[in-house]
Amino acid sequence: MLKPLILALALLATPLWAVQPDEVLSDPVLEARAREISKVLRCPVCQGENIDDSNAAVSRDLRLVVRARLVAGDADWQVLDYITARYGEYVLFEPEPKGVNLILYLTGPVALLLALGGAAVFLRRRRQGNTAPAVKLSADEARRLAEILRE
Amino acid sequence: MLNELGHFALILAFAVAAVQATVPLIGAHKGWAGWMAVGEPAASAHFLLIAFSFGALTWAFVTSDFSLQLVYANSHTDKPMLYKISGVWGNHEGSMLLWVLILAGFGASAAWFGAALPPRLRARVLSVQAMIGVAFLGFIIFTSNPFLRIESPPFNGQDLNPLLQDPGLAFHPPFLYLGYVGLSMAFSFAVAALIEGRVDAAWARWVRPWTLAAWMFLTVGIALGSWWAYYELGWGGFWFWDPVENASFMPWLLSAALLHSAIVVEKREALKSWTILLAILAFGFSLIGTFIVRSGVITSVHSFASDPQRGIFILAILAVFVGGALTLFAARAGAMQAKGVFGMVSRESALVLNNILLAVAALVVFAGTVWPLVAELFWARKLSVGAPFFEKAFTPFMLALAIALPIGAVMPWKRATFLRALRPLWPAALLALAVVALVWTVGTNRSTVALVGAGLGSWLVFGALSELWLRAAHTPARLARLPRADWGKAFAHGGLGITFIGIGLLTAWQSEDIRVAQIGQPFTVSGYEITLDAVERVQGPNYISSTGTMTVRQGGKLVATLHPEKRVYPVQGMPTTEAAIDNGIWRDVYLVVGDPQDGGGWAVRTYIKPFANWIWAGSILMALGGLLSLSDRRYRVAAGARKAAPPLQATPAE
Repeated sequence: MLKPLILALALLATPLWAVQPDEVLSDPVLEARAREISKVLRCPVCQGENIDDSNAAVSRDLRLVVRARLVAGDADWQVLDYITARYGEYVLFEPEPKGVNLILYLTGPVALLLALGGAAVFLRRRRQGNTAPAVKLSADEARRLAEILRE
Repeated sequence: MLNELGHFALILAFAVAAVQATVPLIGAHKGWAGWMAVGEPAASAHFLLIAFSFGALTWAFVTSDFSLQLVYANSHTDKPMLYKISGVWGNHEGSMLLWVLILAGFGASAAWFGAALPPRLRARVLSVQAMIGVAFLGFIIFTSNPFLRIESPPFNGQDLNPLLQDPGLAFHPPFLYLGYVGLSMAFSFAVAALIEGRVDAAWARWVRPWTLAAWMFLTVGIALGSWWAYYELGWGGFWFWDPVENASFMPWLLSAALLHSAIVVEKREALKSWTILLAILAFGFSLIGTFIVRSGVITSVHSFASDPQRGIFILAILAVFVGGALTLFAARAGAMQAKGVFGMVSRESALVLNNILLAVAALVVFAGTVWPLVAELFWARKLSVGAPFFEKAFTPFMLALAIALPIGAVMPWKRATFLRALRPLWPAALLALAVVALVWTVGTNRSTVALVGAGLGSWLVFGALSELWLRAAHTPARLARLPRADWGKAFAHGGLGITFIGIGLLTAWQSEDIRVAQIGQPFTVSGYEITLDAVERVQGPNYISSTGTMTVRQGGKLVATLHPEKRVYPVQGMPTTEAAIDNGIWRDVYLVVGDPQDGGGWAVRTYIKPFANWIWAGSILMALGGLLSLSDRRYRVAAGARKAAPPLQATPAE
């Protein structure tokens, strides 16, 4: 679907380089925040790289946008909103924990609770169940036992 | 000519595998010894034929035979010999051939070294192993033939992707495949046991070495890949939670779980059906990994060219094998009679907890990996799940695992009291707390990641040491006489701790500097004085490089002279960065040189990466632990099998 386009874009994109010296903000606090935000943003034309590590031109643009918004005084979430509003949720490496995405976020905790509960029930039942004879009698044996008892 | 013979050998191997998949199985069912005996020579022939085919393809790469489409697309006469050979598996078709070669190799070694196995079980294992072989040989022959010719061969090839031309990555796939495919043995044993309807201590004893070997190879393969990413990609990341990485990580987690649950089956004859299920799932996830990498459904940094037809073929293989095995499991699992009884607090329960944490962690990785696909299929949403999600969702399981591990490891079997089990561990806990205090005082920033990583890591290391001390009954002389398996356990658990420390401290303490460096003008990063002395143009065998010369000084003393490079591979028109690293026990100095700047000078990145090498040192220790356990006389494939075979009498219930 999108692949040929992505490939073409990736080839067109001149190999710039991850974060460039001229992009770095002079304020270390703002720069640190820019870095943290960049980790969550996916390069739209690469395969699974964040914009900090990516060499694509569009990632450079995004890095500059992030910094421009921060300098303009945006909070971190406002920067993310600004970018997702333009590029879609595809660029967020951490999907928003609401709506159907909750399924993803709850998979781990729910599975853990189920597994722990299951294990506890299993262990308890094993301990009680083992007082009964370990091997059930076959139909034949049961009949023989009944005969013996009747005698 | 040789190419055609290679192709022909591949087709013959397909036919032989088909025989091996059916005849011994029927023989085992009917009790015909002659039919069962077919398995052994068939497994040998199956392996030798694929080995010949693989050799023919390797020869074509070594001699740069560009009449083969595959060689043309992935090789070049200027390429160094190592990468001509590694080019054989640096592409889809060749790597599939390596896959079936290793599969057949495992099958053949079960035939050669499995003399002690009961003949029926062995016949069935060989047959199941050959069924997987048939499926993948069919996949190669019908969709991915490596021996396709070009009518008019070109003069030279298109070269291998330069990122793959690297010693670390040359050996990464073979190890990974040894691990992936090694799990097929556990799968074959599990299916054979289900057909037989019998799982006992002897079965677990036969399965364990194969699982251990697979897990060990996976550990090495994953560590190599991570190390490669660290030095090659140019910013010193070591794990990206990329779908392909996850694809190798899930089988690793599940095989680690399987290793531990098989111990319970072996020592206590409990958790049988769960162990069988894990064996099926572990290999199932290997197949899912193959599917993810080959089909291109989930794009990733290192997917091979995607092809929907291939994807569907692999999906069909996955459905048949995992679906079939699970159906068999549903039908037969009830027949597995558990024997050993154990209390809520016991080694068995601790291992159940280990299994739960590892399996749920694998499930979380799986959910995150396929979520973009699911969201697109059902809700038409294009979204991404990456490192930030996995770091939050996955890490808690590993932390819980690290807290519980040393306690579970010293807990007695059957029945234990928590406080008494904890008694030998107090010194380890105190030492770990001391490490936390040390990290707190030394650390430049009060990072929780550093405290937790170093604290839990040293808890694991000191816990492993305390356990050795306990097993040796506090007598140094007895340490040397401990069984190898005890040492293996200590190495593996301690290695995990070392990796924990490395990840924690690296993540928390690394520092970075990006700047335009002028030639000859020193700059300072975290106490290191760094100078870019020169940048020269160097002609490599198949690339052109801008090689920098940089000196690193600390307190006026020369620490290292490093040569970071920026290479361009003209054939593929692709640049790569070759970072220069001064490796150390406590820190790496990691230098990268970039593009020349308009106003003069060069873009230079400097990273100080504390404890980076601990991550891989820990992985090596884990793999070494596996090797030590594997070399324990008691677990050698054939040893003890005869002794363990006849316990028809049930162990008395408690």
